[in-house]
Amino acid sequence: MKILIKSGRVIDPANKIDSIMDILVEDNKISKIARNIKLEADKIIVAENKMVLPGLVDMHVHLREPGREDKETICSGTQAALRGGVTSLLAMPNTTPAVDSIGHLKILQEAIKKGSKANVFICAAITQDRRGEEVNDLASLKKEGVVAISDDGASVDSDAVMLEAFRRSKEEKLLVICHSEDKQLSRQGVVNLGFTSTRLGLRGISAESEYKRVARDITLAKETGASVHIAHVSCQESVEIISRAKKGGIKVTCETAPHYFTFNEAEVLGYDTNFKMNPPLRSKEDMLAIRKALSNGTIDVIASDHAPHTENEKDIEFERAECGVVGLETELAASITELVSNNLFNWEGLIRAMSLNPSRILGISKGTLSAGADADIIVVDPEKAWVARKEDFLSKSQNSPFLGRSLKGCVEYTLCQGKVHKWNS
Amino acid sequence: MNWARKDLLGLEELSKEELGLILATAESFKEVSTREIKKVPALRGKTVVNLFYEPSTRTRVSFEVAAKRLSADVINIATETSSVKKGETLIDTGRNIEALKADIIVMRHNFSGAAVMLSRHVGLSVVNAGDGWHEHPTQALLDIFTLKEKLGRVEGLNVSIVGDIAHSRVARSNIWGLTKLGARVTVCAPKLLIPPAIEEMGVNVTQDIDEALKNADAVNVLRMQFERDGETAFPKQLEYFKEFGITMERLKKAKKDIIVMHPGPINRGIEMSSAVADGAHSVILEQVTNGIAVRMAVLFLVAQANEKIKNGPFASAQGHPERQKGFEG
Amino acid sequence: MREKARILDKDAIARAIIRIAHEIVERNKGIDNLCLVGIRNRGVYLAQRLADCIKNIEGQDVLTGALDITLYRDDLALASGQPLVRKTEIEFDINAKNLVLVDDVLYTGRTVRAALDALVDFGRPKSIQLAVLVDRGHRELPVRADYAGKNIPTSKDETVEVRLEETEGRDEVVIVEKG
Repeated sequence: MKILIKSGRVIDPANKIDSIMDILVEDNKISKIARNIKLEADKIIVAENKMVLPGLVDMHVHLREPGREDKETICSGTQAALRGGVTSLLAMPNTTPAVDSIGHLKILQEAIKKGSKANVFICAAITQDRRGEEVNDLASLKKEGVVAISDDGASVDSDAVMLEAFRRSKEEKLLVICHSEDKQLSRQGVVNLGFTSTRLGLRGISAESEYKRVARDITLAKETGASVHIAHVSCQESVEIISRAKKGGIKVTCETAPHYFTFNEAEVLGYDTNFKMNPPLRSKEDMLAIRKALSNGTIDVIASDHAPHTENEKDIEFERAECGVVGLETELAASITELVSNNLFNWEGLIRAMSLNPSRILGISKGTLSAGADADIIVVDPEKAWVARKEDFLSKSQNSPFLGRSLKGCVEYTLCQGKVHKWNS
Repeated sequence: MNWARKDLLGLEELSKEELGLILATAESFKEVSTREIKKVPALRGKTVVNLFYEPSTRTRVSFEVAAKRLSADVINIATETSSVKKGETLIDTGRNIEALKADIIVMRHNFSGAAVMLSRHVGLSVVNAGDGWHEHPTQALLDIFTLKEKLGRVEGLNVSIVGDIAHSRVARSNIWGLTKLGARVTVCAPKLLIPPAIEEMGVNVTQDIDEALKNADAVNVLRMQFERDGETAFPKQLEYFKEFGITMERLKKAKKDIIVMHPGPINRGIEMSSAVADGAHSVILEQVTNGIAVRMAVLFLVAQANEKIKNGPFASAQGHPERQKGFEG
Repeated sequence: MREKARILDKDAIARAIIRIAHEIVERNKGIDNLCLVGIRNRGVYLAQRLADCIKNIEGQDVLTGALDITLYRDDLALASGQPLVRKTEIEFDINAKNLVLVDDVLYTGRTVRAALDALVDFGRPKSIQLAVLVDRGHRELPVRADYAGKNIPTSKDETVEVRLEETEGRDEVVIVEKG
């Protein structure tokens, strides 16, 4: 089967390509990328005035299976991913059971084999049952295909346990992804600490609870020489700490999510739980700092932190509602709308943050359009505006902060391993 | 101006004019309670449901009396007897009450924002009778009404609020209402009980009670809840009284005509001495009386506004805002 | 909204009030036991003017009060035409009095019905009489005026606007066409 994508603007930072080109896909691989390919093909996708990009790599996704298939399944989550232009994703281990042993890993791998529509990579838990007490058998997990470890949703509180985890992950060359939060400082907070928490009469989560733990995680990683990746950076101080560490030569990378550069705490003033997440939406200054850190490269990656929840868990009293929002289907458009349209990013920068950098950080062979690479390609109409509506989501959950918002940039085709998905908009 | 809101959720969202309208309406309603027959037929045939998720006697009774003086039928639902214990969600409870064709829900809830959330899901009127630490608008309105009645104005007055500001919905509503009406507000509490960035609400902050009393025209003393979740290091009760309790000695150093308010119930010997509570400065019982007038005004205004919405040109498009707009705020 | 005709000017209003004052005194055989209650808003000022005239005739003050009937309306939504609920001020005992209720315009009769309900909550007058400046017809309830300044046949598409010195800065009654 030959597929020819014609006349699109191809962006491939890995190969320093940004020009109008054609791409030929043969046997699910990219076989040729050149100007004006004149060849018979089984299928031709005309991409005039469209962007042709490497499929996105989202390194922070909660697929919920096994355990909470009412929120999301591997099948629905990966379909949502493809719709959003995400061809590869990293599944977070906070499932039930958690991915903390070979047995549990096999259950997940089996489910992925059965249900997945996209490339799913697996992040295992750092500690048993994500309790922060006993480090898992990282060597075996690595051998069975795990690409990173994280207790995401929780932080390993004990310095000793975390140090041990870093040491062993260094040996296994496993990336450690840190949910950096000191629960003793964030307590049972539900919104950003400050005027917002005071005004709403809700418990606040201080920026301190995040950046102090970021600093600790980086310090421990430095001691061991392990690779550390800070998940969902939300505040200015964290950015500063990471920036200093990078300048000091420490192997640290980090990510943020579209909600942290699109919204700030003011959105929470109506008690809309679709703006409740952890870490919380911070101040406007923090939001601007995140944008700046993206444009100057301090923040390496945009990931969705896709966290589906049912309406029963979301549409309730603010304090009782679950934390987290869905993001797979809106992350590209949100990033185009907020970053590319505002000239904080050019297309190359966007693709680095959403495809190339996460691939390199995870050590997976994704994120490029090189000849011979898997045919993970998306065709995007960069100008097309659309409104996020509940009924259009493919995810099982619709807890999106972007509902009702107009977004720019629409995925028209997703090719995942050469399989073509055409999206009606 | 006309009152156009079907709900009263808090004072933060109200304009100065809306606050003025409620206070002026309450003034007219106060007369009703002085009559031989303390009842008018204004809400005849309307049903008011007091939905209380937290134990409260005074607020609930005050709303009940207010509703009855307007000839409304009153139904009281308390958590102990309701299906809440069986796990029914707040929205379901609200919709069930709506299905009973009630007209107004007066709700007390332990979670901040509960009234705001409920109001988005039901077409009937929602009156917030206190939600978590967020707002208690009718309490603040009756405090301000009493202030105005006693001192003739609100604008330019110095009002100090003393006590657990961090966990107080009464404090928040008072701050919004008073600052909008042009009063200067000072909050006074131990450091741990002052929430972050409270200055941004337009108040002065002090930890010195004498400082708070010095130029005050009125002091509103909050109830201390020492039994609260223990998350903050509360000073011992007597220690609190020593540091922050209102005593005659302290009042002697204040303005001669300073008035002392308290939302009740008072902890005598903790927040203030008995001499103060029962003394000439105290307007605590007048607050209770005024609470009826204020709540009558609020019930009347929201019922009237909702009637207009229901009969209005967009009647069919009204109802459940959530169902048309999706789940956005 | 178009002003169609001016029915009464300042002098005509003054004459009507003097005539009604005389009729009230005559009908009640003096002013012992008499009181006037004006319906808010303009009825209150008319009641005050009547009281002043009666004092000129009888040389004696007559009790006057003010009644707000918003809370007695039979239609909550309609009551919103009036922006503010005002105080009722009847600072005397109405029991066994001959009470004259005063309003500016008599139309459907619903305002008077509400006023009668309200008065009942204050006591049991010996009699209640009704004085209006203008009776424009179109009654929806069995109500009639005992004293009327002027009967004006109108259509339902018209409104009668009474303007008084105290509220609008000038005395006049005009017919206004709707639409």
